Amino acid sequence: MIGDSPERMSAAAPVAAAPETTTGPDVGRERGLHLLHEMLRIRRFEEKCAELYSAGKIRGFLHLYIGEEAVAVGAMQALGRDDAVVATYREHGHALARGIAMDRLMAEMYGKHEGCSGGRGGSMHVFDAATRFYGGNAIVGGGFPIAVGLALADKLQERPRVTACFFGDGAVAEGEFHESLNLAALWKLPVLFLCENNLYAMGTRLERAQSQTDLAAKARSYLMRADPVDGMDVLAVEAATQAAAAAVRSGEGPVFLELRTYRFRAHSMFDAELYRDKLEVDAWKQRDPIATFGSLLEELGAATKSDVAALDASVSDEIDRAVRFAEAGAWEPVEDLLKDVYTPAERRGTSPRGAA
Amino acid sequence: MAITTYREAIRTAIREALERDPQVFLMGEDVGRYGGAYAVSKGLLAEFGPDRIRDTPLSESTFVGAGIGAALGGMRPIVEVMTVNFSLLALDQIVNNAATIRHMSGGQFSVPVVVRMATGAGRQLAAQHAHSLEGWYAHIPGIRIVAPATLEDARGMLWTALQDPDPVLIFEHQTLYNMEGALADDAGSVDIDRAAIRRPGNDVSLITYGGTLGKTLQAAETLAGDDIDAEVIDLRSLRPLDMPTVLASVRKTHRAVVVDEGWKSGSLSAEIVARLAEEAFYDLDAPLARVCSAEVPIPYPKHLEDAATPQPPAIVAAAREAVGRHG
Repeated sequence: MIGDSPERMSAAAPVAAAPETTTGPDVGRERGLHLLHEMLRIRRFEEKCAELYSAGKIRGFLHLYIGEEAVAVGAMQALGRDDAVVATYREHGHALARGIAMDRLMAEMYGKHEGCSGGRGGSMHVFDAATRFYGGNAIVGGGFPIAVGLALADKLQERPRVTACFFGDGAVAEGEFHESLNLAALWKLPVLFLCENNLYAMGTRLERAQSQTDLAAKARSYLMRADPVDGMDVLAVEAATQAAAAAVRSGEGPVFLELRTYRFRAHSMFDAELYRDKLEVDAWKQRDPIATFGSLLEELGAATKSDVAALDASVSDEIDRAVRFAEAGAWEPVEDLLKDVYTPAERRGTSPRGAA
Repeated sequence: MAITTYREAIRTAIREALERDPQVFLMGEDVGRYGGAYAVSKGLLAEFGPDRIRDTPLSESTFVGAGIGAALGGMRPIVEVMTVNFSLLALDQIVNNAATIRHMSGGQFSVPVVVRMATGAGRQLAAQHAHSLEGWYAHIPGIRIVAPATLEDARGMLWTALQDPDPVLIFEHQTLYNMEGALADDAGSVDIDRAAIRRPGNDVSLITYGGTLGKTLQAAETLAGDDIDAEVIDLRSLRPLDMPTVLASVRKTHRAVVVDEGWKSGSLSAEIVARLAEEAFYDLDAPLARVCSAEVPIPYPKHLEDAATPQPPAIVAAAREAVGRHG
């Protein structure tokens, strides 16, 4: 974890990694390559999505996570099979890192019936019962209460689970942020609040939206543990979330992490990026979580250039397969339009499928 | 048979649900120590403890959303919102999450949450505690809306709602809590799909629900004195609407008056009238009529509150007009 450095908030320059967070020496080859692989999968998947968007294969809103991959990948390492994830509309990275198959995710991007949400949700509404992935929520702040409720269910049923709630710095301005942090702290609920602070709520920079730009301080005011973390360093994120998840799991109540990161691409495909300086974007790109981690692995001798090339090739194959899967997918018959609004009569009175 | 009240009938239903299903819990503002703003949950905290009778902070959006999340997590929450006006603070959770998650997830997740709230005017609570916004909620696909108007339904709808895998909103008219009457000792769960004929008749169909059922039955008695035989339909479920029952009645009487405490503009009454116009136009012998609240926020003074909301004389007048007998 890095020190609390509010001065960084007003500066365009990216946060400098504190030395203790780059715990390079204990990154083994296998783990290092795994983390790199996971980040690359997200990066290349989204690059392909941008291309497919331009080609008209993907429509609607498309929000890319490029630049923030270390957050989702690092954080997911702390979660077990039975834990839950609540994410935002910029959730492709979380979905892939959580283990939702890339082909089903790509089919969802297309709106095909084979998609992980049956094609009904699209880019912003990824759901998956098998991995306890509860969206894909496109109302900023709307996921907080859901996460609190999932955690309440775990607490009432005495299950040692964690609900990871991802949200951006923009959501911190929503009333539901305050209501939910308060309730989670008051009831000591097992929620891991993961704030992805990429400095911009769409085009509104943090200091233009927040009187207090130290976001961890807000969480601390609800008497929960809260720390800033270098969100461009996958090892720092992994270490911080593992410690936080362990605390949450042990019944200490919620923990808040502010993962300081940056979105390299536009907010969505319709954003001309009038609100930020290209130099600022370039400065952050110097801290590209994938490039820096790849270099670190090479420096440490944990991986070679050819290892990285091999990873790239395998990711490329996976993406090709995912695109083929999505292309070959079926459009849901229009006759089924009204499906899944209500539970079908024959299944009413039984436990809902997918409920934990 | 035992004498009970609407309030006690709901409390009995909550108690029974808590006893029958360990996944059931009640949560909301002041449901515990205070006993509920309308005293519905009085005594339940002592009986079931603070894990299952949970007082929440004044955070409607979060405790309603937490009900949704807990339902996703395998619980069967009953969430109490003090009044429908306050539920607007939770509208995001109800409309954007409860109603959509099943659909957005391609049927992977259901949200078996029950949200109860008080609705309606009649106790001089003015414009932020007395509106009838259930018609708004009935606009939304993905949720079910019910309005118990009788002791049997107050007693019986909750368990059925809890068994439903989809979100159910229960609207309890605030003037009904003190309603007293006899309830069978073995009263239990009832369906939440069908409308009920509360008074059979042949001359005109009076279609209503919730807090105006009593007033409509009163009006029907007055009409009987004039030899007008009114049929009174209690919708019970506002979404989905049991149109087969409504249509069968109107095809018999050929005349319909909708009584709804909501405002006319863009309302549930408008929906019913539109469907009758679409589906029963050639069965009608008189223009469709509505008795609704005046287009004004509910005023505080009693005489103005009464004037703003449907009352038996207006229902009688509308029914007489429909059957072509004036004054």
